[in-house]
Amino acid sequence: MSLWVDLHRPRSLDDLHYHQDLSARLRALASSDDFPHMLFYGPSGAGKKTRIACTLKELFGKGAERIKIDQRVFLTPSKRKLDVNIVQSNFHIEITPSEVGNYDRVVIQEILKEIAQTQQVDVSARHRFKVVVINEADTLTRDAQAALRRTMEKYMSNMRIILCANSTSKLIAPIKSRCLLIRVAAPTETEMKLVLDFVAKRQGFGIDPEAAQEIVQDSGGNLRKAILVFEALKMQSPSLTGPLSIAKPDWETYCHKVADMIIQEQSPERVMQVRAKLYELLSHCIPPTIILKTIADRVVDKVDESLKADIMHWAAIYEVRMRVGNKKIFHLEAWVIKVMSLYKHFCFDIDMDAFD
Amino acid sequence: MSFFQQHSTKTSRKHVQDPALQPWVEKYRPKTIDDVSAQEHTVAVLRRTLTSTNLPHMLFYGPPGTGKTSTILALARQLFGPENFRSRVLELNASDERGISIVREKIKNFARQTPRAAQPHVTEDGISYPCPPYKIIILDEADSMTQDAQAALRRIMETYARITRFCLVCNYVTRIIEPLASRCSKFRFKPLDSSSTSLRLHQISSLENIPISTSVIETLINVSQGDLRRSITYLQSASRLSHSTNPPTEITSRDIQEIAGIVPDDVINDFATVLGVDIVVGSGMQTDSKGRAPGFDGVRSKVRELVREGYSASQILSQLHDLIIEHPTLAAHRKAQCALSFAEADKALCDGADEELWILEAALQVYKALA
Ligand SMILES: Nc1ncnc2c1ncn2[C@@H]1O[C@H](COP(=O)(O)OP(=O)(O)O)[C@@H](O)[C@H]1O
Ligand SMILES: [Mg+2]
Repeated sequence: MSLWVDLHRPRSLDDLHYHQDLSARLRALASSDDFPHMLFYGPSGAGKKTRIACTLKELFGKGAERIKIDQRVFLTPSKRKLDVNIVQSNFHIEITPSEVGNYDRVVIQEILKEIAQTQQVDVSARHRFKVVVINEADTLTRDAQAALRRTMEKYMSNMRIILCANSTSKLIAPIKSRCLLIRVAAPTETEMKLVLDFVAKRQGFGIDPEAAQEIVQDSGGNLRKAILVFEALKMQSPSLTGPLSIAKPDWETYCHKVADMIIQEQSPERVMQVRAKLYELLSHCIPPTIILKTIADRVVDKVDESLKADIMHWAAIYEVRMRVGNKKIFHLEAWVIKVMSLYKHFCFDIDMDAFD
Repeated sequence: MSFFQQHSTKTSRKHVQDPALQPWVEKYRPKTIDDVSAQEHTVAVLRRTLTSTNLPHMLFYGPPGTGKTSTILALARQLFGPENFRSRVLELNASDERGISIVREKIKNFARQTPRAAQPHVTEDGISYPCPPYKIIILDEADSMTQDAQAALRRIMETYARITRFCLVCNYVTRIIEPLASRCSKFRFKPLDSSSTSLRLHQISSLENIPISTSVIETLINVSQGDLRRSITYLQSASRLSHSTNPPTEITSRDIQEIAGIVPDDVINDFATVLGVDIVVGSGMQTDSKGRAPGFDGVRSKVRELVREGYSASQILSQLHDLIIEHPTLAAHRKAQCALSFAEADKALCDGADEELWILEAALQVYKALA
């Protein structure tokens, strides 16, 4: 059985619950042949992918929903074989370049050339271009982005590109300047509550406003998360009235434990214990940035105002170091030591003052 | 020979696009070198090559959207005419595979072929094409070629110089290896000045029959900073959106900003106020913010709010930077303090850092500097 998030996902622009003016614009653009390359950007769970799927349907009708998944093999210049899953309909093709890591340029080049050089065979198609959707476009390597530039100009008659990204910061300017930028902000709390209401109705019950409020607040603007939590809670306790206890995911609780350990004791032994826990988190594939941010957020909630900015400063510094460096654990650990030292100095100074 | 066959099937499949649906950057791409705006020096030099049989190897460099690709394509077309274009010109860009093996095979093969004889001729519509006895290889976006591939070009450039001229096109001249660069005449393309941009935009809008105000043109010039491709694309997007309602709405400066991903002024002002910047609001406009945040939590929740709105970190920081640096009353030493932290944040973001962490970091530094 499908999850509610999938089951009640809007299928057409008319069904979308919020950002109505944006939907109207997309509808108008889709109805003209003069459809531009687009870049959808915004935070996770704001509904970018759903909106893209709705736009495709608006462009091509139901056919865009009939998708198949193909295994394709690509050859790198050094003749290595890459197996890639490609999602496609008769009208569009969808790729997630991060799946092929550093070889994304090869895959993008091949696919774009292929699409650009074949014409739509379906005579009943509403548009003669095909759309290439590139997910997680902010993870595209520079090389792959460079490969997109001139292609986007040259093959405009047969192809449109829709990029989907969390932010535009990591895309090179020549790409941004070739796209219509579509910002998809997270829904407001009111909008999210409306969606929860809608989902509840479709499932045949009502949702207590207080409960809805709590779920929405917990979700931080991520609608997918809100609906997932809503479904999980409803399964646990069918009555679902506030106040709720929204269970945190295990890794989050674990991160909080680590934060508490840092504040309880600052010693070389404690560093070792924390280190073991960090390893545990990493081995469960929790992204190191998320680990760092979650622990840092918890730590600053528990320390004196005068320390907060410093702790965040070092979190920011070590987060970049993690990206540029190789060993995530080194930098996580270094940050922990830094925080312990800051905290200890702080307590020590207070103690000294007390003696005066 | 296989290369030519492949090439011709490729182009035969390509179909002509209805000009009404063409992207304006293509539709209004200069057709001749005289049609290129604002690059007078380059155009003057190139114009002479139209009447002589000589052309040096060339290196075009400069920021995006300044006419580099357009200029070389126009020149090639004016030299050879549509009929000989395909046999005399090879255009490769970053979307083509251009590793060392391609340089050794495809590029070399093309370079060494003696150009098919073609006479200077005048077409029916009275345009004359000199058809000089050489071919041109255009390596667009050459800065994305590896050093090895560039090195492999050296010999080819020298060996076949008599029958093949190269034109390398790139944004950063420093990314082209010295032995290549030194073999070329260099042409720098400048960002377009405001009046050239304005003129071009006015021409397009009148040809497309869309009314635009001077303030919209000004906004376009501001956001695109000398990149004509950007301003033309934004204008077309704005016009698409304005025609999406019936009757069409008027294009506003705010439309342009939204399309360009610019954060609205009131959002930035609000953010700055939370960080302790005094906002001098002109024209009686009132921000609804509550002044400087009382502490860390206030700053953090404001940052989270911005992130939820989806604005990009680099955009927010660059606008905040401008606001602070150009602030009329803020003390210089405070500005300097802020400038340091913006520089740190920019570098971090380029290294792929987490956006939320670094907006927060920059915000906290500014907050501290203004305490
Ligand atoms: N100097 C210029 N004169 C006229 N149009 C220009 C000029 N520079 C850029 N453009 C416009 O911008 C588009 C992109 O220009 P292009 O030559 O591809 O830039 P690049 O320098 O990035 O190669 C062109 O299609 C044209 O419409
Ligand atoms: Mg170019």
